[in-house]
Amino acid sequence: MGRILLVGRLALRDLRRRRTEAALLLIAILAATTTLTLGLVVRDAASDPYESTRAATRGPDVVASTGDFAQPADLEKLATDPGVTEHSGPYPVIPGELEASGRRSDVQVEGRDATVAAVDQPVVTQGNWVSDDGVVLEAAFAQFLDAHVGDPVTLGGRSFTVVGLAVTAAMPPYPGTSCIVSVGCANGAVPDDRDLPPELLHNPGLVWLTQADARSLAPARGPMSYVMKLKLADPDGAEAFVDANSGDHGGTMMPMQNWQSILADATELARDSQILLLIGAWLLGLLAVASLSVLVGGRMADQTRRVGLLKAVGGTPGLVAAVLLAEYLLVAGVAVAAGLAIGALAAPLLTESSAGLVGSAGTASLTWSTVALVTAVALGVAVAATAVPAVRGARSSTVSALADAARPPHRTGWLIAVSARLPVPLLLALRVAARRPRRVVLGVVSIAVTLSGIYVLLVLDSVLGDLAGTGAYTEPQVAVLRHVLGVWTVILLCLAAVNAIVLTWATVLDNRHASALARALGATPQDVTVALATAQVLPALLGAVLGIFPGGFLLFAAIITITGGDGDKATLPGLWQLAALVLATVLAVAALTAVPAHLGGRRPVTATL
Amino acid sequence: MNKAAGTPVLRTRGLRKEYGKGEGLVRAVDGVDLDVSAGETVAIMGPSGCGKSTLLHLLGGLDRPSGGEVFINSRRIDNISEKALARIRRTDVGYVFQSFHLMEELTAVENVELSALLAGRPPRAARRRAEELLDQLGLAGRARFLPSALSGGQRQRVAVARALSNEPLVVLADEPTGNLDSAATLDVLQLFEELHGYGQTLVIVTHDARIAATADRLFSMRDGALVDETRLTGGTAGNLGALIGLEG
Repeated sequence: MGRILLVGRLALRDLRRRRTEAALLLIAILAATTTLTLGLVVRDAASDPYESTRAATRGPDVVASTGDFAQPADLEKLATDPGVTEHSGPYPVIPGELEASGRRSDVQVEGRDATVAAVDQPVVTQGNWVSDDGVVLEAAFAQFLDAHVGDPVTLGGRSFTVVGLAVTAAMPPYPGTSCIVSVGCANGAVPDDRDLPPELLHNPGLVWLTQADARSLAPARGPMSYVMKLKLADPDGAEAFVDANSGDHGGTMMPMQNWQSILADATELARDSQILLLIGAWLLGLLAVASLSVLVGGRMADQTRRVGLLKAVGGTPGLVAAVLLAEYLLVAGVAVAAGLAIGALAAPLLTESSAGLVGSAGTASLTWSTVALVTAVALGVAVAATAVPAVRGARSSTVSALADAARPPHRTGWLIAVSARLPVPLLLALRVAARRPRRVVLGVVSIAVTLSGIYVLLVLDSVLGDLAGTGAYTEPQVAVLRHVLGVWTVILLCLAAVNAIVLTWATVLDNRHASALARALGATPQDVTVALATAQVLPALLGAVLGIFPGGFLLFAAIITITGGDGDKATLPGLWQLAALVLATVLAVAALTAVPAHLGGRRPVTATL
Repeated sequence: MNKAAGTPVLRTRGLRKEYGKGEGLVRAVDGVDLDVSAGETVAIMGPSGCGKSTLLHLLGGLDRPSGGEVFINSRRIDNISEKALARIRRTDVGYVFQSFHLMEELTAVENVELSALLAGRPPRAARRRAEELLDQLGLAGRARFLPSALSGGQRQRVAVARALSNEPLVVLADEPTGNLDSAATLDVLQLFEELHGYGQTLVIVTHDARIAATADRLFSMRDGALVDETRLTGGTAGNLGALIGLEG
């Protein structure tokens, strides 16, 4: 017990002694855990609500409709197929136009029984199921219309009251609605220069009426269609069932959709969001590793001396390792808890697209696997950060650990020779950079990763702007994807800023002696300050350029490949925009490094020497 | 390097340096009056913690006094800007530290030329001067060596060469032999003897009586104050090793 107390006390004291480093360490791990949580929660949020909806609504394995050629009798015949275990319908479906709160929209009106169906019984999320003169709206469509239970609506010239909102697994939520009516549908925005056939439904929503009410509506734009929902003995074989029965093998041509394709359509937006988030998570992971490398590397020398101290007062290598591990575990533990909380709270912002599914909007929840994976990653970081000093401490003798000096600086002869010809601040800056080439590489990588991300964000933002007009996504969907990009941007910039400060501070600490010596030899505090800042700005400049080309181009190409998009349609930023981006990066890094560099340039010389 | 003897190069009046306040007040330097003439070698002795190094830092403008005045070549430096102080350190003062303070990643010649580069000298001229100095100090063959490949005495010689790089008015040496063995100590003492011979003004802080014996004047320091001054006759030129018992 006493030993555990000692370990805890030593770990806490050391964290308190170096609060800034502990805070930066926390932020770096937190960024990684938050993004990872977001990516995983959004993945779960994308598929789980559909699964829940399918279970709650007795979702069909196959949805078949009459289309242009089939009759209800063909559907009835399909229901007798030996592979079909249950069915509901055929139900009449009528193309129509709905007017609610001054907004008009095309709709597919499905006539249903008031009684519970064996297959595809939509779950009412508000109000009640269909009744005479009462219409039920698909939940995502209602959200789009801003319609509520009790609102009056007009359908095919008749007045109805919204009696309920419901969700179904037989069709993707609005606006991804499948087309059942034989007149056909057009989803997405219509370019100004194109006229659609007048009978075609444009972005239709789904509403349910009683069969009697539905049949009483005269089909305004074409013949009545029918739809049937089927349950199969082998749900996984739904695709094969569709292939065998959709008319390609001699039967009557009937449009069919299996549940797997409905799932894919229903979760398409969330899947795109997840791809963006996971790519963001990778970028942020790289940035977090860069931060951690600098922070942990910077603490290494200090910790080696600390190990020597602990051993000198009787601590065993095991105790020494336990103290180091406890320290990182504490930080990692806080980062895990905060990352899971922030990720879970922020995820609903990115899953709004699934409003038409059971338990979707705002209830993206943590699963044990998510918690376990995020915890494992954070603990992995903690253990990795502990391993080197612990092993080194255990192996080294107490005397040498006590006397351990900072890692000797690296010599880059050509850079030292070149710098001799430069003004004093640049001379010092190049030599500061040359002392730690690995840190310079980390600085370049950090900024390059950030700029690659920003470049892709700019391109994707312009792509989304264009898409909103072409109909690949609706405006609410574009808004959701912009949310994702926004989350990306904020976390990316925060971590990049933390990295710039961490790198500068590590440089300041590492160059304490060299800076003091330079001042003893006649360099001014301004010379040293400018040198320390320039030593960060130069790698930032290189990183910014590399981050755009080839970094940004490659990253965008990777995203296009993964998502199967068409990169040729993207509007790439102009040369002046890229130049402005590089300039802004350099200025931002200069601003971020100014304070630590200023503090480093003014450290008392005599105390250091 | 020859300068007219008798001209005061370094002067302090009522120099004070205090840390803390109230009951915790520590007077590291307490009312020091000191005059160092051009070409003179002055040694300051005293036990550890008596304020020797602090005094040296104040003399060279590395630290600012709490009170009193410091003059270098008749110019008051205790109240000038940090930038002006840096200029003074570049041109008028050369430092030699106990632990050498060489840049580990720079070769001997690159370390020596650093002061000249900071002073804005052309790189070629700075390199030529550094090579000349290393040659004079017997390190021509070690010019391209990193400090880690040099002995303690050689490192201190490099540090002295660096201190001389900008032909300073005064060289301030803080325990220059504190980290050296006997042979290396002799090496450095002979070097200082040569500098003395050239007329270089030297202020050496030490707690080693053998080093102090090489000076023209010897000051004893206690609790931040100079308590005793001894004028040594003619220094020890030409006979140093025998005098301080390091030879044979």
